[in-house]
Amino acid sequence: MTTVTWDREPATPRGPGPFLSVRDLSVQFSTEDGIVHAVDRLSFDLEKGTTLGIVGESGSGKSVSNLSILGLHDKAHTKIGGEIWLEDQELVSASRSTLERLRGNRVAMIFQDPLTSLSPYHTVGRQISEVFRKHKGASKAESRARAIEMLDRVGIPQAKTRLEDYPHQFSGGMRQRVMIAMALVCDPDLLIADEPTTALDVTVQAQILDLLKDLQQDFGTSIILITHDLGVVAKTVHNVLVMYAGRAIEQGTVQQVLREPHHPYTWGLLASMPKLNSNVDLPLLPVRGTPPSLLNPPSGCPFHPRCDYRDLVGPDLCSTERPELSPADGHRDACYLTLAQKREIFNGKIKERL
Amino acid sequence: MFRFFVRRVIGAAVILLIISAVTFFLFYAIPRDPARAFCGKICPPQNLILIRHNLGMDEPLFVQYWHWLVGIFTGRDLVQFGQCDAPCLGYSFATQESVFSAIIDRFPVTISVTMGAAVVFLSFGIITGMIAAWQQGRPLDKIASTTSVIGASLQIYFVGPIVVFFVVDSMGLLPRPSYIPFTEDPLGWFVHLLIPWVVLSIIFTANYTRMTRSVMVEQLAEDYVRTARAKGMSSRTVFLRFAWRGAMIPIVTIFGVDLATLFGGAIITEQTFTLHGIGELAVRAVQNTDLPMLLGVTLVGAFSIVVLNIVVDVLYAFIDPRVRLA
Ligand SMILES: Nc1ncnc2c1ncn2[C@@H]1O[C@H](COP(=O)(O)OP(=O)(O)OP(=O)(O)O)[C@@H](O)[C@H]1O
Ligand code: SF4
Ligand SMILES: [Mg+2]
Repeated sequence: MTTVTWDREPATPRGPGPFLSVRDLSVQFSTEDGIVHAVDRLSFDLEKGTTLGIVGESGSGKSVSNLSILGLHDKAHTKIGGEIWLEDQELVSASRSTLERLRGNRVAMIFQDPLTSLSPYHTVGRQISEVFRKHKGASKAESRARAIEMLDRVGIPQAKTRLEDYPHQFSGGMRQRVMIAMALVCDPDLLIADEPTTALDVTVQAQILDLLKDLQQDFGTSIILITHDLGVVAKTVHNVLVMYAGRAIEQGTVQQVLREPHHPYTWGLLASMPKLNSNVDLPLLPVRGTPPSLLNPPSGCPFHPRCDYRDLVGPDLCSTERPELSPADGHRDACYLTLAQKREIFNGKIKERL
Repeated sequence: MFRFFVRRVIGAAVILLIISAVTFFLFYAIPRDPARAFCGKICPPQNLILIRHNLGMDEPLFVQYWHWLVGIFTGRDLVQFGQCDAPCLGYSFATQESVFSAIIDRFPVTISVTMGAAVVFLSFGIITGMIAAWQQGRPLDKIASTTSVIGASLQIYFVGPIVVFFVVDSMGLLPRPSYIPFTEDPLGWFVHLLIPWVVLSIIFTANYTRMTRSVMVEQLAEDYVRTARAKGMSSRTVFLRFAWRGAMIPIVTIFGVDLATLFGGAIITEQTFTLHGIGELAVRAVQNTDLPMLLGVTLVGAFSIVVLNIVVDVLYAFIDPRVRLA
């Protein structure tokens, strides 16, 4: 397994660094109700050929932060701060044409619902081949051949004839394969998969994940996998990023985060999610309280209104001062509890519930 | 495909039957006796009875309706007017002319007015709506949106005379509106109808601008449009090839719904510019309690709308591959 370093280095100028480096990313939407702080000073790195899993409850900013990598936010209503480095290219400040050349080419994305995410008006062959034509300047015939090759590679039988079919003529799992074929047609270096299996049944889910794994092995693609499913995380990813209220609150390898989570929110999250190998009929415990408002995020630690342990920290540190991720490397989390306290609480009363 | 057409033709026949029946029976709810119109100033009661008999009006209602209906397919012998060949829609009570030939004479006028206006408002409405959506929130969008609100409140009978006054009378830019058959003089047909087209299309243009803008904005937020952007398609391609494709469906739907309103607007337009179309026939038929003419006009209007709606459904299948004609 590749090790990941989470060190913070000055963003510019950059020496050799991680393959993808997100630095202090902030995304704010201006809406009628006010400013939505969807992502707040988020930083993470991704090494070549590895998979990063991003977890967190609905609304924690997983999709929004990843859409910024592709520059897919509507400029008029969105303010984006910070930096996103893809090797030596900065993406937040990149021009529209630079981003257009990048999208679908070096960086590709697959979405949750393959039915709504594919155009119902065009054949899958056309939807796949147009990406190849656009980015590689291939001829019609070449890109058609490439589309067949891709459909074949993602395991769609009779690729040649299915090319002329429309998305609604495919089953859910096959449609997601089409999405993957489309995303991979230009051999991207980075693949962002936003809940790629949520809409699929369990067997198909496993097939799709295996497919992604194989592709990573064959082509060295780096993958960001956004998911709600800890079973998927356990089986597929190398490193995990836990998000809460648009921030990173815990990062580490998959073992670290799933086996000995440090942050009280991660505990709640793990306890609230169904486990693949749970043998006891423990009821799922949703995280107490309601998700934070992003129009008016809580001060200090964003989790403090829902946290059971803030009294251990002191009178009001949790509600006034934002905890930063620490330590600088390895398994990090943003919580004022001491490492000893975290271990004690986790081993004492959390572990048995997971 | 074949099943689709069979089904739709049967459906259309049923609709036309219902519409004609409703018109027929409603007409008899109006307390006025058309026989009087034929009878002259001094009208002895026995004459009146004779005329009623000759018009077939002394028979039970449904029998009269049945004769009328059968006449369309077989023709009929009308005592008052003589032989009437199929398709027989009877003779006008008011002018004595054959209803069918009166309608056929005027049909090209109304079709020219409505379809020409449709071309004008569809192209203008859709183009300005697309510009507004493309420029979302920027000045051009605001101008387009405001203009369309003003446009939507302008009435045909109000705008029509004003336009004629300025464009025809004061500036002499265009000839006074009238109908010249396309087959005789295409250019004349065009320039003489330009004002009616534009005036009739003003209200619709505004609607289509607003609608196109909003469906485009909606489409731009669709997942599949986001996918198109995520794979590096240029904004123009995304706009014109992906979002527009989805926007066409609601636009075509509304156009189908608007057809009846469009024919209604054509009646007002023909009145405003004294064009001798079906609308004029309709207005006169109502004024004169002219049952055969009224029925004929209603039937032809409904027929056109039904046919155009079938065309709209076929269009759906072209736009959206998920639609099966069955
Ligand atoms: N265009 C937008 N305008 C305003 N608010 C937005 C916009 N897009 C996202 N948000 C808000 O930003 C927050 C983060 O959304 P995001 O989609 O990233 O959540 P997520 O973590 O992906 O959740 P899920 O698991 O449900 O997909 C949400 O509260 C959402 O309502
Ligand atoms: S910083 Fe305080 S409030 Fe936040 S998670 Fe830790 S203990 Fe709870
Ligand atoms: Mg999401």
